[in-house]
Amino acid sequence: MLPELGHFALILALFLAALQAFFGIAGAAAGRERWMAAVTTAVAGEAVMVATAMACLMASFIGDDFSVTYVAENSNSALPLFYRVTALWGAHEGSLLLWIFLLAAWTVAVAAASRRLPARFAARVLGVLGVVSFGFLLFTLATSDPFVRLDPAAADGRDLNPILQDPGLAVHPPILYTGYVGFSVAFAFACAAMLEGRLDQNWARWTRPWTTVAWAFLGCGIALGSFWAYYELGWGGFWFWDPVENASFMPWLVGTALIHSLAVTDKRGLFKSWTLLLAILAFSMSLLGTFLVRSGVLVSVHSFAADPQRGIFILAFLIVMIGGALSLYAWRAPLLRSAAGFELGARESFLLFNNVLLVIAAATVFAGTLAPLIADSLGLGTLSVGPPYFNPTFMMSMLPLLALLAVGIHANWKRGRLGDKWRMLLNTLVAAAVIGCGLVFGIYRHGQVLTPVGATLGVWIILASLVDPIDRWRRRLSLSRAVLGMTVAHVGLGLVVIALTTVQSFTIERDVAMSPGASVAVGGYEFRFDGVSPVEGPNYSALAATLVVTRDGMPVTVLRPQKRQYWVQRQVTSETAIRMFRGDNILLALGEDLGAGRWSVRVQIRPLVTLVWLAAFIMACGGALAASDRRYRAVKVAAPAEEAAALERGT
Amino acid sequence: MNRYFVPLAVFALLAVVLAIGIRHAPEKGVIASPLLGRPAPQFSLPELSQPTQQVRSADLKGRWYLFNVWGTWCGECRAEHETLLQVQRTGVIPLIGLDWKDDERDARAWLAQLGNPYQAVAVDASGRVAIDWGVYGAPETFLVDPRGIVVYKHVGALTQEIWSHEILPRVSAPGTKKS
Amino acid sequence: MRQPLVLRASPALAAIVLSASLPAWAVDTTQLPDPVLQARYETLTHELRCMQCQNESLADSPVDLAADLRRQVRDQLLAGKSDEEVRNWMASRYGDFILFRPRYSLRNAWLWGAPAALLLIGAFVSWRIIRQRTALLAADVEPLEEDGRS
Repeated sequence: MLPELGHFALILALFLAALQAFFGIAGAAAGRERWMAAVTTAVAGEAVMVATAMACLMASFIGDDFSVTYVAENSNSALPLFYRVTALWGAHEGSLLLWIFLLAAWTVAVAAASRRLPARFAARVLGVLGVVSFGFLLFTLATSDPFVRLDPAAADGRDLNPILQDPGLAVHPPILYTGYVGFSVAFAFACAAMLEGRLDQNWARWTRPWTTVAWAFLGCGIALGSFWAYYELGWGGFWFWDPVENASFMPWLVGTALIHSLAVTDKRGLFKSWTLLLAILAFSMSLLGTFLVRSGVLVSVHSFAADPQRGIFILAFLIVMIGGALSLYAWRAPLLRSAAGFELGARESFLLFNNVLLVIAAATVFAGTLAPLIADSLGLGTLSVGPPYFNPTFMMSMLPLLALLAVGIHANWKRGRLGDKWRMLLNTLVAAAVIGCGLVFGIYRHGQVLTPVGATLGVWIILASLVDPIDRWRRRLSLSRAVLGMTVAHVGLGLVVIALTTVQSFTIERDVAMSPGASVAVGGYEFRFDGVSPVEGPNYSALAATLVVTRDGMPVTVLRPQKRQYWVQRQVTSETAIRMFRGDNILLALGEDLGAGRWSVRVQIRPLVTLVWLAAFIMACGGALAASDRRYRAVKVAAPAEEAAALERGT
Repeated sequence: MNRYFVPLAVFALLAVVLAIGIRHAPEKGVIASPLLGRPAPQFSLPELSQPTQQVRSADLKGRWYLFNVWGTWCGECRAEHETLLQVQRTGVIPLIGLDWKDDERDARAWLAQLGNPYQAVAVDASGRVAIDWGVYGAPETFLVDPRGIVVYKHVGALTQEIWSHEILPRVSAPGTKKS
Repeated sequence: MRQPLVLRASPALAAIVLSASLPAWAVDTTQLPDPVLQARYETLTHELRCMQCQNESLADSPVDLAADLRRQVRDQLLAGKSDEEVRNWMASRYGDFILFRPRYSLRNAWLWGAPAALLLIGAFVSWRIIRQRTALLAADVEPLEEDGRS
């Protein structure tokens, strides 16, 4: 009963999304107030239907309903309750439902806030969101229905992939998708502005908080995914430039450019077409990411079950949405040119460079990710692209950006004379060089070429970001949340740079074969292997190794990495044991039984790697803080007389 | 005016590339072999049923043959076995097997039980010869012409369709020597 | 879709089963006598793809084929081959797809040249825009909104 109810709810949601789209866009175009008013009702209805569908699927999982194919493929009666719930989004169909659910949630939020927006504009925004919802619901119902029944029902399920049986699954996809989906709001705002043929400072003020929050969620989601890979997979790495990772990183890069471009549009009415284009691009990257990981065109460790038929559908959807938006852009953007000016050394210039460099970075990742596909389609042979390509090329656009950041923060709007500031910047640069290089060579006594560069840039960014806020605080002046948020975010970025520089330069990894009682010295630590013993879990059997870690004879910790075999899928996973000690992350993973009690063990010392994710989280917090500034809530709405006049003119 | 159309144009280009990519997607698992059009790798390995004898690539020159990589541990190989027997019964071209990283006794028992479609089976215990042929997943089947050039490769279980649509036409093309 | 009954495995059985099954990631304990060779070995095995896996390197992959290919790399390095020769050896059998670092060739010029080309285009576009806006500056007398500088 429940699956049918869920299925029916999705069909109703599809219908309501169509209404939402129609009333929103046609209603605004024709100026019909009744239609525009109906949009919020459609939004509410669709949200209720989607929530119902989610609840039905959730109930099927919790209740072990193995007559539903999706549940049978991804769950099992021995699966702990927590994972039965999170398994809902563990595979393609369920994760799509999660997408739709989060889209509905964002739409409801926008609808609630739309009372402060002009009616026509709000209707258009919600209408565009309706189009997106419609597309995803259609895709789900047509090719990826999670409610398909299995006949005869399975006696028990195939179990959730053991790698996904981890708390990370509970948080990573929801947070990541919240970010992905959130860019649809900026996209909708952009489309609404283009449909209207008007884009003013108010528009930027409305769009900024939504975009920044989505960006923050996406950043958190990416960091979580990286952290999860690190401790869950037993591999010890945290970023592989895998197509699925890139699929989330590209929207984030474009999103970063977008939030900065919005700042310029807000402040000076400039970069309007840039901002529009970036808003379209950010969401396009989200959609493209969805396409790449579900269509089977790329080889990836994470990709969902590939199905070219789904790929065709998503491609069609992409063409309609992105092609449509870009056509709108080509038609309307020329109308939006402003006559404002600025100098070479002005903040606008730096933000222009910021835009350009971030887009280039995203384009480079894009080229590398799609290279196998492009080469194959154009008959240029079979190509494979991995970290050896991405690492150097990504740096090419990032290094200039990081170098310009400190100066850019202090550049004045419009006219760029630095004046006395150049002295302060020079001082901070020198201080940064001293601190950075001092730490690098003081602690580690060696490094690669880019190590002192990275350390200096990271510290410089932090120092330069803190100068103004500290100065204002000392003079007892007010510090708006927006400025505070910006500072926090930039400091976070500086910390990420420092952390990544340290990790890339000073990671030590060794794979060793150890007999019981043997010791090995790695990175200043001693590791003694005390053998392996069996351990039972709720749905797995494991062998746990005991390794005693000491440093200079002083005990540090005892780590117990495991090799687990899950009963149902019989897949063997490696559970790493990780401990942080004075900034170093010690990671141990159990390899294979080499016979006679000997085992292969991976020992990895990664200094400051936890700071990478912590700093990414700080960046996201900065964004959230900035988005909560009061100025975004006290936004002027066009006066009723103006609205009425505009309606009459039919624009 | 026209520079605002650039994003749309770029996207259109991308859409075309992606569309072509999808059309090729079903074959994604099949990476184009660099051996096509090049001489088959040389090898000399013991024969499965008579280990004192060698199966040599040099001996195989002068006629068409199918080089089939398999193992008793490979499920897909079991699935294609019937097709291989049918191919052998047609008598068109001989099958030479490569027993890849397998247990010899298991392999002999397997052939005794299921039937032996091969004219000869080379035993590749170390996997070195398979690597030379660029094998990355059994079963794989190569079609080699009388000059010793690899003209076709199929990854995955051999089907009647592949045999009649891909292999037979190449062997029966006018002007090609059969043996 | 009948599923076999789930059995609780005894610890001893677990030990046997676990040690016989395929591990999730490979731990490669190969050690070459010379640290320089070891470094080259590690770099090469990280830059060669495991052909049987979904986007893993030879160094990380647990499958037999990867172990065989790693042994090949080791043997060839010990025999004095250069990195390029090892890569060519692999690519002549498995195609360029086995290389995670695309070849520096004319055919791949579009890929390797993309970042530099984009940077040039970006610089050009930026220069055009700044020049344009600087020219507009003289006529721009609109006062700046002061609101905490952000």
